[in-house]
Amino acid sequence: MMQWLLVMPIFIPLLTATACAFSFRKQSLSSVISWTGAIANLLVAILLIQTVISNGLQVTAFGDWKAPFGIVFVADLLSSSMVLITAIIGIAIVLYSTADLRSKPFYAIYHSLIHALLAGVMGSFLTGDIFNLYVFFEVMLITSFGLMVLGANKAQIDAAVKYVVLNLISTMVFLLAIGLLYGATGTLNMADLHAKVAELPDTTMMLISGLFLFGFAIKASAFPVFSWLPASYHHLPSAIVALYAALLTKVGVYALIRVFTIVFDLVDSGYQPLLIVIAGLTMLTGVLGAASQFNIKRILSFHIISQIGYMLMGLAIYTPLAITGAIFYIIHHIIVKANLFLIGGFLKRKQGSDNLRELGGAYSAMPWLALLFLIPAFSLAGFPPLSGFWGKFLVIKASLQTEEYLLAATALFVGLMTIYSMTKIWAEAFWKPLPENAPAPVTLSWKENCLYITPIAALAVITILIGFMVEPIYQLAETSAMNLLNPQPYINAVLGGDSISHTAPLSANGIAGGSH
Amino acid sequence: MSSIIFRTSAHIVTVLMLVFSVYLLLRGHNNPGGGFIAGLIAVIAFALLMLAETTDYVRQRLVYSPAAFAGSGILIALLAGLLPLFFGQPFLSGLWWGKIGSPLLFDIGIYLAVIGSVLMVLLNVEEELS
Repeated sequence: MMQWLLVMPIFIPLLTATACAFSFRKQSLSSVISWTGAIANLLVAILLIQTVISNGLQVTAFGDWKAPFGIVFVADLLSSSMVLITAIIGIAIVLYSTADLRSKPFYAIYHSLIHALLAGVMGSFLTGDIFNLYVFFEVMLITSFGLMVLGANKAQIDAAVKYVVLNLISTMVFLLAIGLLYGATGTLNMADLHAKVAELPDTTMMLISGLFLFGFAIKASAFPVFSWLPASYHHLPSAIVALYAALLTKVGVYALIRVFTIVFDLVDSGYQPLLIVIAGLTMLTGVLGAASQFNIKRILSFHIISQIGYMLMGLAIYTPLAITGAIFYIIHHIIVKANLFLIGGFLKRKQGSDNLRELGGAYSAMPWLALLFLIPAFSLAGFPPLSGFWGKFLVIKASLQTEEYLLAATALFVGLMTIYSMTKIWAEAFWKPLPENAPAPVTLSWKENCLYITPIAALAVITILIGFMVEPIYQLAETSAMNLLNPQPYINAVLGGDSISHTAPLSANGIAGGSH
Repeated sequence: MSSIIFRTSAHIVTVLMLVFSVYLLLRGHNNPGGGFIAGLIAVIAFALLMLAETTDYVRQRLVYSPAAFAGSGILIALLAGLLPLFFGQPFLSGLWWGKIGSPLLFDIGIYLAVIGSVLMVLLNVEEELS
C-alpha cells in the first residue's frame, strides 16, 4: 500500500501532463483530464497525510535498492503536509486557468506543464536523496521555463532569460555542492549524511554548506540574490504567476530547512549569524521594494520576498519554536499568496490592467470581491485572528526568547509596511472611483465568473480555517519541527532496512525520547 | 547538400544506424547501451536523412508526429515503473521473465521519448532556418 501512496503524488501529475499533451487539439477534453488529475492528486495527498499521522513516517525505496544506495522517498509530517498544500494549490490553479488561459493558443500545453511542474514540486518535497532533490529542481526549472515562454512576447522572453540564467546558476552551485559532498562523505542519502557530515573537518563543512546556502538562497529569493523574481514574475499570465508565487520560492525555503536541519546543523555550520542578517534584510528590502511599486503583480512579487524573510528568520533562530513558526508560515503563505495573485488576475481580466492608476471602483461593482480581497490581504499583514498573525506571532516570539531584539523589531516594522501596501491596493483598486479614461469593465459569463471565484473563495475559506483552528496546525508544525531538530527517528526509519512501513510516534514527547 | 554520393549513402547509413540503435537498446539493461544513447543514435540517423532530403521527407517516414513519440515514450516508461507495484514490489523494481523484463520496457519508453523530443527540436529548428 505504502509503495503506491508515496509514488502517486509524482505519478499522477506526470500521467496527467502526458494525457493533456495528447489531447492538445481538444480544449474541453484536456480541461477534464486536468481537473481529474488535480482532484485525484488531492485525494492521494489527503490519504498520505492521514497515513503519516496515524502510522508515522513512511519510506519506499525505488527498485528495491535499499538506502543509502538507492533512492528513497520519505513522507514525514512536513513532506506530507507540503504535498497536501501543493495539491490544494494545484486544484485552485487548474480551475482558475481553465477560465484565465482559455483564449491562449497553447491551452492544453499550459495544463500539461502545470501538472509537470506540480510533479517536480511534489518530488522535491518527498525525496530523501539530495541528488534526487536536484533532479526535481531541474524538472521544476525546465517546466517553469516552458510556461514562461509559451506564446510569449518580447518582454516575456526577456523576463524568462533573466529567470533562467539566475536559476541555472543556483542549480549549478547546488550540483557543485552535491559533488563535493559526495566526494567528502561518499553518500547522498540525507539520513545517512546526518552522521557522516558531523565527522567532516570544519573547513570542508563550511565550504559545502556555504554552497548549499547560496544555491538555495537564489531559489528562495533571499536578500542579495532575489533580483530574478521581481524582474520576471509580473510578465506572466495571472494563473501561472499565482502558481509560481505559491510554490517555487517555498521549495527553496523547504530545501534550506531540510538541508540545514537533517544534513547540516545550522549552528555547527557557522552560518547562523549570516542567515539572521540575510533574513532581516530580505524582509526589509522586499517590503520597501513593494512600497515603491504601482502595479498589483509587482507589489505582490516584492511581498513574496519580504515574506520569505520571515521564514528564513524562523530557520535562522533555530529553536523548536522558531522552526515551528517557519513551517506554519510556509503553510499559511502558500495559500494566502496564491489567493492574492488570483484576485489581482481577476481584476486584470475585468479591467484589462493591473496598474493601480488605471484601476478603481471595484468595491462598488463587486463588494463580495472586496471582502474576498480583505481576507488574504489582512492575513498577509498579520491581523488576528487570520492565519498570518499566528505565523508572525510564532517567529517573533521565538526571536524575543533568543533576545534577537533587532530582528524582532524589523519583523514588526515590516508587518506595518505590509499593511501600507495592502491598503494601497485597497484604496486604489477598490475604493477610489474608476478613472474617467479607463475602459468599462468586461462582463464575464456566469460560468467564467464561477471558475474565477471558486478558487479565490476556497482559498479565503482555508485562510480563515487556519486562523480559527490554529491548534491542530500548530501541533503539526511543532511535531515537524521536533522531527527536524531531532532526526533520529527519521534516520532510523530510512536506514532501518525494510521498505514497508516504520512508525515514529507523533507526540513530541515520544520523539524527544527517541523511542523508535 | 546536393552531392549525389552523400544523398545515396545517407539512406544506407540511416538504416544501418537505426539497426545499431535497436541493438544498443536491447542490450542496455546489463551491458553498455540503453534507451537514452540508443535514442540519440536513432536521432542522428534521422538527422542525416533530414540533411540529405527534406524535413517533410523525414516527417512522412516517421508517420506519427515527434510529439506523439515523446508522449507515448513517457507513458511507456511510467507504465514500466508502475508495473512492479501490482506485484507488491516498490516502484521501478525489475520484473524478469527469463531474459526479458520490465527494465527493457522502461528502456523502450526512454528510447521513444528521446527520439520524439530531440527530433521535435531538430525538425522545428531546421524548418525555422530554411
